[in-house]
Amino acid sequence: MYQYDEYDQKMVDTRVEEFRDQVKRRLAGDLTEDQFKPLRLMNGLYLQLHAYMLRVAVPYGTLNSKQMRMLGHIARKYDRDYGHFTTRQNIQYNWIKLEDAPDILADLASVEMHAIQTSGNCIRNISSDQFAGATADEIADPRPWAEILRQWSSFHPEFSYLPRKFKFAVIASDTDRAAMRLHDIGIQLVHNEAGELGAKFFVGGGMGRTPMVAPEIRDFVPADELISYAEACLRVYNRYGRRDNKYKARIKILVHELGPEEYSRQVEEEFAHMKTLGLNPPVEELARISEFFQDPPFDKQASDDLDLSDPDFAVWVDQNNSAHKQPGYAIATISLKPRGGIPGDASSAQIDLMADLAEQYSFDELRVTHSQNIVLPHVKKSDLYAIWQKLDEAGLAPANLDLITDSIACPGLDYCSLANARSIPLAQKISKRFADLGRQRELGELKLKISGCINACGHHHAGHIGILGVDRKGTENYQLLLGGSGAEDASLAKITGPGFTEDGVIDAIETVTDLYLEQREEGERFIDTYRRVGMARFKEAIYG
Amino acid sequence: MKILTGNDLKTGDVIWWTGLDWSRFVKDATDVGDQGEAILQREEAARRVNSPYIIEAEQTDDGPRPGHIKDRVRALGPTVRPDLTLKPADPDAGLWVI
Repeated sequence: MYQYDEYDQKMVDTRVEEFRDQVKRRLAGDLTEDQFKPLRLMNGLYLQLHAYMLRVAVPYGTLNSKQMRMLGHIARKYDRDYGHFTTRQNIQYNWIKLEDAPDILADLASVEMHAIQTSGNCIRNISSDQFAGATADEIADPRPWAEILRQWSSFHPEFSYLPRKFKFAVIASDTDRAAMRLHDIGIQLVHNEAGELGAKFFVGGGMGRTPMVAPEIRDFVPADELISYAEACLRVYNRYGRRDNKYKARIKILVHELGPEEYSRQVEEEFAHMKTLGLNPPVEELARISEFFQDPPFDKQASDDLDLSDPDFAVWVDQNNSAHKQPGYAIATISLKPRGGIPGDASSAQIDLMADLAEQYSFDELRVTHSQNIVLPHVKKSDLYAIWQKLDEAGLAPANLDLITDSIACPGLDYCSLANARSIPLAQKISKRFADLGRQRELGELKLKISGCINACGHHHAGHIGILGVDRKGTENYQLLLGGSGAEDASLAKITGPGFTEDGVIDAIETVTDLYLEQREEGERFIDTYRRVGMARFKEAIYG
Repeated sequence: MKILTGNDLKTGDVIWWTGLDWSRFVKDATDVGDQGEAILQREEAARRVNSPYIIEAEQTDDGPRPGHIKDRVRALGPTVRPDLTLKPADPDAGLWVI
């Protein structure tokens, strides 16, 4: 894992003291809320429905056990004993007091963490593949590149006031676990025909009010020119992105209106200029950063044998564990989606336990996934049973990864001031309706994603089944969408028709899953059957 | 009726104007008639409330009930965590929101 150098630490510590002074001035009345609001947002502090909310960055979703324990400590000391892992691989605390915020940021800084650029019209936390550095299907570890992008984008003076917020994702595999093409810029590390490492750039994706799948802008940027190409992409956006209308200000609108070819042409022009400025990090710096992401000392003698005589354990191994590049090891995903639970929520005790497990069994590493789960990336197979037993005791062993109850849900109207409808109660009810694990596994991979408003923090456009909560004359109403995907087969879900009540939309989901089981052909997932059969057949089943 | 709400500057708690002070309980809220703007400007300037605003509410036997669901959620707390609401002993308190 990357470790702060003196410069990183000083930058974060200085920001904490700067914010401490700003809070003091706000409480003393020297700053009005209008003056203070942009300052607190730059430090990840929002004002939500019930209290201040602090969003803490987890760079590319990677953290160590010491950092995870600090997240538990903050939940316990400053919040109400829990935190909420988000769809941006971050964590949010819902009950923060303004007067505590500087101390929380100081605590975070002590373990090389912060909340900088988790709000505002700047480059947000870089997201990545939660299996990075562990999966066999990647061509390189994307994290050094995510870290370089993090350093480049942190306090970048030119990109601190973009037309709108800006999100990057970096992956290095043909399997997309990061919804890469639904980001403002998606980067896929690739090899060219000569075997050299570089990056494919997809620009102008996103969800929200106007969802778009990012078109490919360039098929190969040499790895050592990645930063200057990214800078060129941002410069064109910063110059021409609309600032007169926030609903048309994201880069996806610019790319769409110019057309990918014209946008790309302008980027190339800027890129040619950027290359003369010497902006790319020197080779030594690339090497220094990459050094932090070397493989841990795997046991080369580790066995692939597993005792699966405990049937519950066997199901968990089958459902929640993924192939590791190192024989004898597995990637274990801890589901934060218990039956009737709140997706992404974890108590301080659960956070501490996951930290302990990482320290003891996973070379001190954890990952946060955009699906609001936690990953132990490097687990020896012979340790899986002990891990599972401890998780099970703590309510952290649902064997439902990628199944219908492994839903994404934004905080919705229970917490969020932007929301129009509650999303968590829907996730809870669906989780109970489909509680039977045999039934879930019969349905197979089914990505269910729920948002409480059009801003789409719950990724409803990317759900095989998506739900969008809307306000209909003061009453919560839910639109059902089908056919989305955030994976390598990225697509946008379409609305089925008129909306439903809370119970009505759950009945409709049952109808479409029943139709899927009736119509599916050998080996088809829900999304495959939907694509083959088409929307009309599903609409007919839902609305008659 | 019109009532005033906002958040406590230090704690962020949801608060309601009682006519004399601010309360965490919406049942204490009072009808401000056409005085809302003047009160909220005065109170915000005195840093007794953050981001206050005026809402429509209905007077009921249990006190004022905010007209919009968002403010009813604010008044109670998250419906998905009854233990964290202002009525932790009442498992059906969330029904008031809907």
